[in-house]
Amino acid sequence: MKRIAFLGLLAGAFLLPRFSQAQLLQDAQIHGDFQLDAQYYKEDKAIGAPEVKERLLSNGFANFIFTAGNFSAGARYENYLNPLQGFDRRYEGSGIPYRYASFQKDNFEITAGNYYEQFGSGLIFRAYEERGLGLDNAMDGIRVKYMPVRGVRLKGVIGKQRAFFELGEGIVRGADAEISINELSDKFSTLNTNITLGGSFVSKYQADDNPDFNLPENVGAGAARINISKGNVNLYGEYAYKANDPSAVNNFNYRPGQALLLTASYSQMGLGISAGAKRVDNMDFRSDRNATGTVLQMNFLPPLTKQHTYNLPASIYPYATQPLGEMSYQAEVSYNFKRDSPLGGKYGTNIAVNFSTVKSIEKDSLNDETTKRRIYDSDFFKFGDERYFSDFNVELQKKFNSKLKATLTYLNFYYNIDVVQGLVGKGNVRANMAVADVTYKFNSTHSVRTELQTLLTKDDHGSWGMALVEYTVAPNWFVAVLDQYNYGNKETDQRIHYMTGTVGYNRNTSRISATYGRQRAGIVCVGGVCRNVPASNGLLVSITSSF
Amino acid sequence: MKKVVVSLCLSLLFFAAQAQNTEKTRKLPAVDVKTLDGKVFNTSQLSNNGKPVIISFWATWCKPCITELINISDVYEDWQKETGVKLVAVSIDDVRNAAKVGPLVNGKAWTYDVYLDQNQDLKRALNVNNVPHTFLLNGNGEIVWQHNAYAEGDEKRLFELVKKVSAGEAISH
Repeated sequence: MKRIAFLGLLAGAFLLPRFSQAQLLQDAQIHGDFQLDAQYYKEDKAIGAPEVKERLLSNGFANFIFTAGNFSAGARYENYLNPLQGFDRRYEGSGIPYRYASFQKDNFEITAGNYYEQFGSGLIFRAYEERGLGLDNAMDGIRVKYMPVRGVRLKGVIGKQRAFFELGEGIVRGADAEISINELSDKFSTLNTNITLGGSFVSKYQADDNPDFNLPENVGAGAARINISKGNVNLYGEYAYKANDPSAVNNFNYRPGQALLLTASYSQMGLGISAGAKRVDNMDFRSDRNATGTVLQMNFLPPLTKQHTYNLPASIYPYATQPLGEMSYQAEVSYNFKRDSPLGGKYGTNIAVNFSTVKSIEKDSLNDETTKRRIYDSDFFKFGDERYFSDFNVELQKKFNSKLKATLTYLNFYYNIDVVQGLVGKGNVRANMAVADVTYKFNSTHSVRTELQTLLTKDDHGSWGMALVEYTVAPNWFVAVLDQYNYGNKETDQRIHYMTGTVGYNRNTSRISATYGRQRAGIVCVGGVCRNVPASNGLLVSITSSF
Repeated sequence: MKKVVVSLCLSLLFFAAQAQNTEKTRKLPAVDVKTLDGKVFNTSQLSNNGKPVIISFWATWCKPCITELINISDVYEDWQKETGVKLVAVSIDDVRNAAKVGPLVNGKAWTYDVYLDQNQDLKRALNVNNVPHTFLLNGNGEIVWQHNAYAEGDEKRLFELVKKVSAGEAISH
């Protein structure tokens, strides 16, 4: 045994450097990235922060990628001892849940092991990660990409999906074809209209072990898409259909699923317009019919609402797609008043207006009394009666001089708590919000940014105020103090200040920051997927780095 | 068996370290991204006729990213005249916001080359953890500098580096 190990080392020391003279290995490299979040928790009865037995919890990971010519391999070590509050406890422990090897040759690309992939816009298949949410449904299997002729791209996948440190039960198989008409022949390449067509099919297999229902063991889904662009106009459409797929999430309903996504945009220098419409009907799709939450999701249904970044609008009433049924539309216009024009001033002024509404779909129950099957019918073009969410907002951006600039935002929300958060009897919220974000530059390295925000409502927990001051010394340091105050809460003992202070240091690709204070219980969302974060009080240290 | 694996891993690391000693430069990985009009673009085709290239990873929902791109936009013409530098803005937005990237870029009157990295293949291949993350490539397409996060005034330092690279000088971190 020792001898073999010794030979291995010998090979590494003497043979491989010789190979490195070969073209293939000359550019061999290793790169990586790392992140650690560790939090020390204190019990805080006022905000409902529980005692954490371990006192300190931490999430960490490190990625390594090795590349040499057309070959690459990578691995990610993850460590949750124990997982931070708000992350699924099933992450507890550590391991290497992600590793792969891949190579490219003659229009082929083959990946073995873990990979992330998406077909079209992801309505029937998207394996992806959002580390901040603890969402990772990476595939573990084989992926092949092939370009038989110029302009035609084929992909095939097979594997199982990641669920924490294990794999889901279901097997996922899929294929996707995309044809770029303009690349097919030189005759088309000079046309000023670009057309791309795509089609995909995905199927999952999971044995039926349910005594009550006769469940489909293979569930297939297909989607077709088209992208047309000409000059300043871009149009995209995708339609997806899923065979009946009774699951825990859809309450074992046998209705097939459908989704339609349309987006259009027009833009020219200084003006941008975009519009979108979406219909989703019973499209929750997972490789395990018993999974819930963000576990083992096979697809992604984007919310057609603006993704807000300011604290109060982003975190108190954020919208997430209702995969069992919703219809929505959105429009946005942004315009840049030129420099030296009456409204533009010396530096120009930017204005953006956005509007979106999400409503229910109509559902007529058609329950089959003979088999106890649940099923319903729905008119494709009809909005339901219930409003889930709507958002109207205006954002104004203005630079006054080389030192001072500001962004002013007004927002109006309608938010259906019962539906979006899956609660009962909490009703609806109507809220008006305003944000003033002002940056003042003292000189080329020192600057201060302040945010004042308010959320005005008589519903739910009442009105909020928020203030932030952030002082930055480029390129290395920043200090910030933030306070959220629930001053309008009907229960006076709940009128609480949630105050935090943060210090951070950046150097090239490394960053370390420490935050101390109270974190409000609420919802953290990235890309329209959300997770609940419990209230906490304590010290959070984050380190991130890459090389 | 474990020992064999360990020794092989060690050899690989040893070998890679050697390779890195001789070849310190890192080129951009060849990854497919998309243009705003839906065409596939392979990053191996990225070039700027021997002039430096800035690659900025951003997203429509990332305030500091947009601040960085606005601030550079104010001085971009001067930068280009002086050094011939090109800025490539890679959006990691997914389908939720992908249709808004073009209108946002034009609405803000940016003249950058913009690509969509919806499946985050390029982001992963370059070990980008969070946005904004900025890379500087020299005229040979080699990554000579990178930086995570953005603070007001960072663009001045970036331009100092661009001028150095454009003049063929080496950059020390």
